Amino acid sequence: MPDRRPPSAVPSARPGGGAVPAPEGEALLEVRDLGVEFVRRGAEPVRAVDGVSLSVRPGEVRGLVGESGSGKSVTSLAVMGLLPRRSSRVTGSVRLAGTELLGMAPKRLAALRGDQMAMVFQDPMSSLNPVVPIGTQVTEVLRTHTDVDRAAARDEAEDLLRRVGIPDPRRRLRDYPHQLSGGMRQRALIAIALACKPRLLIADEPTTALDVTIQAQVLELLRQLVGETGTAMLLITHDLGVVAGLCDDVTVMYSGRVVEEASRRELFGRPAHRYTEGLLASVPRMDAPRGEPLRPIPGTPRDLLPWSRACAFAPRCAHADRACADPDLALRELQGLPAGHLARCAHPALPESAAPVTAGVGA
Amino acid sequence: MSAREAAGTASTRPAEGTDDDVLLRVRGLQVHFPIKKGLLLDRTVGHVRAVDGVDLDLRRGQTYGLVGESGCGKSTLGRAVLRLEEPTAGSVELDGQDVLALGRGELRSLRRRMQMVFQDPMSSLDPRQSVESILTEPLRAHGVPGGPAAWRERVLELLEVVGLPASAAARYPHEFSGGQRQRIGIARAVALSPDLVVADEPVSALDVSVQAQVVNLLEELQDRLGLTYLVIAHDLAVVRHISDVVGVMYLGVVVEQAPSDELYANPLHPYTLSLMSAIPVPDPAVEDSRERILLTGDLPSPANPPSGCRFHTRCPFRQATRCHDEVPLPRELAPDHVVACHWAEEVRDGRVRASSASHDPTAVVADERA
Repeated sequence: MPDRRPPSAVPSARPGGGAVPAPEGEALLEVRDLGVEFVRRGAEPVRAVDGVSLSVRPGEVRGLVGESGSGKSVTSLAVMGLLPRRSSRVTGSVRLAGTELLGMAPKRLAALRGDQMAMVFQDPMSSLNPVVPIGTQVTEVLRTHTDVDRAAARDEAEDLLRRVGIPDPRRRLRDYPHQLSGGMRQRALIAIALACKPRLLIADEPTTALDVTIQAQVLELLRQLVGETGTAMLLITHDLGVVAGLCDDVTVMYSGRVVEEASRRELFGRPAHRYTEGLLASVPRMDAPRGEPLRPIPGTPRDLLPWSRACAFAPRCAHADRACADPDLALRELQGLPAGHLARCAHPALPESAAPVTAGVGA
Repeated sequence: MSAREAAGTASTRPAEGTDDDVLLRVRGLQVHFPIKKGLLLDRTVGHVRAVDGVDLDLRRGQTYGLVGESGCGKSTLGRAVLRLEEPTAGSVELDGQDVLALGRGELRSLRRRMQMVFQDPMSSLDPRQSVESILTEPLRAHGVPGGPAAWRERVLELLEVVGLPASAAARYPHEFSGGQRQRIGIARAVALSPDLVVADEPVSALDVSVQAQVVNLLEELQDRLGLTYLVIAHDLAVVRHISDVVGVMYLGVVVEQAPSDELYANPLHPYTLSLMSAIPVPDPAVEDSRERILLTGDLPSPANPPSGCRFHTRCPFRQATRCHDEVPLPRELAPDHVVACHWAEEVRDGRVRASSASHDPTAVVADERA
């Protein structure tokens, strides 16, 4: 639907914008073996993210799923270069359209942020500045990254607010964040993130703080944006329903590592990792027969084993045995599942006919 | 559900008439909060009509699920039932006893029979009290006979009931995970063997994999202790799972109420329809094929609710007549299925269709452009 965007909204000559074109089909964001350690004097370093690899192609939505403490948000902060430099150690590689972001000079990275890649946070109230009008917060991004003048930036800000579905945008530009409702604030935040037409959008639980009807509106908006502009999106969420509706591919994290990776249909149709399987079984569904007790995963996400000793999920897993105490459990393809469906599990849940590649033990 | 129903009837006191097994009866309940202005004069310039005329009946041993978006008044309703919030008008009867007429002392003794589970277990448990002290407090406050020795025994029993080890008694809330803390909150609520438990968003602060544990615990306790629940939640899937009867609230009023299965199989009110179509289902096949009714805009201010049907400003099925100037009265369209909508039959039979122009925000944008 390109007619919805008047040409005036796309400043043609923009320094830094769209400098490195990525060919169709190739990944825009390429994360390889990302590791994040938090260090504190007098304490053992905490490994929050451990060897995470993922990629997002233009026009594609990659879901990153996990519970609290699984490292999904830290992964996104590491990609954006927003982790505190003093207390965290980031290893591995993060490439945006071929350019390595880790170790990049802070100034260059700051120029990319907001322009080439942008982020939408969970809580719009704490990520908008409460003492600055919405309009200023939108034009600020435009004026920083492009050389539009004040009036043009204002017009474009109005246009952005209208596009994200904020009624009466001209008046809203003068409003402060507290004058907007939760859904409107989240829209304003999305408008800011989209101001420079970033090629990568990271959305960290963008709808968790919203009501379902507002959530549906915001998700629809994100879906359209990705479809229309070919933005690559990394969607971080714990809501499997949101994943099922919006994502093309899904990466499931547990305790800092990727435990399963698959296309959306594969993941929901044939979850291979026991954690994914348990997660899907424990969610009450609107379309399932009522009255059956739910099948929860026992324990809590804090009952962990370090990955260096065994599968971190083993203490909560009904299928755990000695084979799980393998420090080298690899994220691998499984027989009977299509290529691209990877799981890190000694006893994966597999279709009846298929057998696991290595472990012969019945799961 | 047969097991639960059986358990429910087992715990029911002998019922003489049909009305006798109604534990909680709410009629015309209103809670209005004054909006004050001015530093010295403290003038009241208006009222936030948080709850504006709600009727509901809750049978013994059953679960009533109250759903709605934030700001619809569902939590205020739950609190008003327990008189944690002073209602402006209406009546609340627990077992035939008028809760609103009670004095402080009588109310206090009635609180034994009605308890609450809060949403955030971290802020509803005192961080400086040990679990034993938290669980002993209601026993002491209500003078449960037996003294400290009997109380201690009761605490251990409660911990066992909610699935925590006896060693938990000596520990403090921060030592527990979210799910375990919610178990402590539930143990405190059932410590005095109440009849009615109001649970306000009991699982929404918990991790997905832990939510199911707490939902199962609530159901188990209902079977074991014959509890009656008023569950307030925004998650329709959770509410559907645990409730026998579900009420949908919008802007201070219940717009639809029906037995759980009936409501989810045949939603009639346009708001319920859009609410259900907005909920993401963890199944790609369903997600791809379903038709969504997207609502425009936000919840109007409860200080100044829309005239006529309160939902008409956002309703995709809005008609030119009646909706904006006539308040729809609750009508029983199927057994126990009550709807407050002028056009419910027409919507159900497909004679009135959702107008796409009014519910697609981008379409509006496109029109403005053209």
